[in-house]
Amino acid sequence: MSVIELQNIVKRYGDGYPAISDVSLSIAEGEFVILVGPSGSGKSTLLRMIVGLEDITEGDLLIDSERVNDSAPRERDLAMVFQNYALYPHMTVAENIAFPLILAKGQYSKEEIDERVSRAAELLELVDHLDRKPAHLSGGQRQRVAMGRAIVRDAKAFLFDEPLSNLDAKLRIQMRTEIARMQRNLAVTTVYVTHDQTEAMTLGDKVAVLKKGVLQQYASPQELYDEPVNLFVAGFIGSPPMNFLPVENRDGQLHSPFGAFSLPAAEREKLREAPRYLVAGIRPECFRDAATVDEEVRGSGAVLRAEVDVTEWLGNEVYAYLPFEAEPGIRKALEELDRDLDGEGTRTQVVAVLDPLTTVREGDAIDLWFDPAKVMVFDPETGENLTRDPENAKRLSEESEAARRRALERARAQQTEG
Amino acid sequence: MSRKHTAWWIVISLVVAVYALFPVLWIVSLSLKSPGDVANKRFWPTAIDWSNYELIFTGSAQDLFLPALVNSVGICLIATVIAVVLATLTAYAVARLDFPGKRLILTMALAVSIFPVISLVTPLFRIWSTIGLYDTWVGLIIPYLSLTLPISIWTLSAFFRQIPWELEQAAQVDGATSFQAFRKIIVPLAAPGVFTTAIIAFFIAWNDFVYGISLTSTSAARPVPAALSFFTGASQFEEPAGAISAAAIVVTVPVIIIVLLFQRQIVSGLTSGAVKG
Repeated sequence: MSVIELQNIVKRYGDGYPAISDVSLSIAEGEFVILVGPSGSGKSTLLRMIVGLEDITEGDLLIDSERVNDSAPRERDLAMVFQNYALYPHMTVAENIAFPLILAKGQYSKEEIDERVSRAAELLELVDHLDRKPAHLSGGQRQRVAMGRAIVRDAKAFLFDEPLSNLDAKLRIQMRTEIARMQRNLAVTTVYVTHDQTEAMTLGDKVAVLKKGVLQQYASPQELYDEPVNLFVAGFIGSPPMNFLPVENRDGQLHSPFGAFSLPAAEREKLREAPRYLVAGIRPECFRDAATVDEEVRGSGAVLRAEVDVTEWLGNEVYAYLPFEAEPGIRKALEELDRDLDGEGTRTQVVAVLDPLTTVREGDAIDLWFDPAKVMVFDPETGENLTRDPENAKRLSEESEAARRRALERARAQQTEG
Repeated sequence: MSRKHTAWWIVISLVVAVYALFPVLWIVSLSLKSPGDVANKRFWPTAIDWSNYELIFTGSAQDLFLPALVNSVGICLIATVIAVVLATLTAYAVARLDFPGKRLILTMALAVSIFPVISLVTPLFRIWSTIGLYDTWVGLIIPYLSLTLPISIWTLSAFFRQIPWELEQAAQVDGATSFQAFRKIIVPLAAPGVFTTAIIAFFIAWNDFVYGISLTSTSAARPVPAALSFFTGASQFEEPAGAISAAAIVVTVPVIIIVLLFQRQIVSGLTSGAVKG
């Protein structure tokens, strides 16, 4: 269990282009931190710099307050699970798991190695496969062997490089829960790289969102969801992603392609200095079919009217797609944002996640009800979230930190008991 | 697979096997025929006759055959070892590193092997005569390297490219030094490829005739394929076909044994399962 600190880390390759520019973040003892971002965001590079497989061009990497920039990977004493597992094909499962222990010459006796391997195998349900070679294992089993190799020794921290991306959807969810449980029980500092925002949100105590090598926001999942700092983070976190509507800020109202609405007074105040044309962000799950909203509540919200292009019925909810025309300037900005988020940048549309009670069908016009307090407004030039509430953000981060400490203490108590 | 399908496969396999093995069987049969039987137009000898083998091991041909066998084994082994060591280093660099002239190395290796051997014999003969390498082991090892090195470089670099090098990094994270990672992870994975290449290189050198006959004059360096052509029958009117066949069998059998013994290593696939395939 260790503290990892990144101070102004820069990575430049031969052509001088910075793959990572000036990233600083600190990872507390026992904390589960996710590095997330679309492809090319530098998240894997950052992880490989922490473990020592990539050189650090500038900045300092501290593990337990000790600068380890120039240490070889084996001196850093970190355990890593690779994206494609990197199992040793000529060794059995048991030999694979025991490999790090055997390398630590003299540190473990033969009996201790056997005991640790069987304990890891039990934890990961690999007991029946210990004598098999990796070639004869399924994808999920290989993945567990790779994890076994990481947890078998008392490494200072676990590093995961997109460990679930090679598994099918069902197995991925299972293993995700498994990893979360294991990390809670072992209470080991963990850094986990993924491009999947769902993994980031479900696993992380804290999530670092990266874009093109620049750290955008480093916060708890809830803070990222409720108080994103900019368009990029807002669009990356959440599924289906946040809707972005071009709006004109005029006469104290925001005029969107689907109609005008006003923000609460406090928010309006924040937009006084803002430019005339803005981007409004509304999460798909904030919409409701106005027909299903109670009369009293209805008055407190705003309503947009639009035509439904496509609906998708999922049983517990309905996705309604509502295309709109945006003026070319805004459209270009939205397309660019979509490309940054790994999308195809093909269509401007709004997605609403509705209660299945709705009777709306494809081709119908619908009144979409929402609470204007939930709307975020962004500067289209800088992408900055103009309606961000720093007070609320601070409260959320304190709450999540307190929850994390409680969980850590519980895990420690259990460990001392066991 | 349907039954009809399977039947077809069996028929085709049989045809190929017979086609490939028939000449071998013929040579076996020839080597066991008595001199009188050689031209009798029958496939099987009328009686098993070991005189051809006696001739090459203990009879009049032994002075020709036994030193040639020693020469062949020695020269080919040395040429193979040098070729494989050099090719391993080259292929490692080609597969792992990015450096200017990488493609040039591979193209040059290919170009060298395209030259017809016969066109090099005369200049080599003249140079070797001048500097004293004619009719020596070294005089054959060097041209054999020109045969074995290009193919070794090509097969090994193809093989090395398939090794999941990420394993080396995984080992380093697991606590290995660079050398430990190389020795415990990469060497076991590369070994089958190196071994296969060595066998191929050895065969190529072993089967050479043109250099063997042109660059030697005595049993000091003459290899088996060249020595075979010096066989004579019991009299000058007799074909030495029987003795040549016997010698051919003797030099082929070790090769077959090696292949059968190391078939598993030759067939790659040891690396499967390391990473998700």
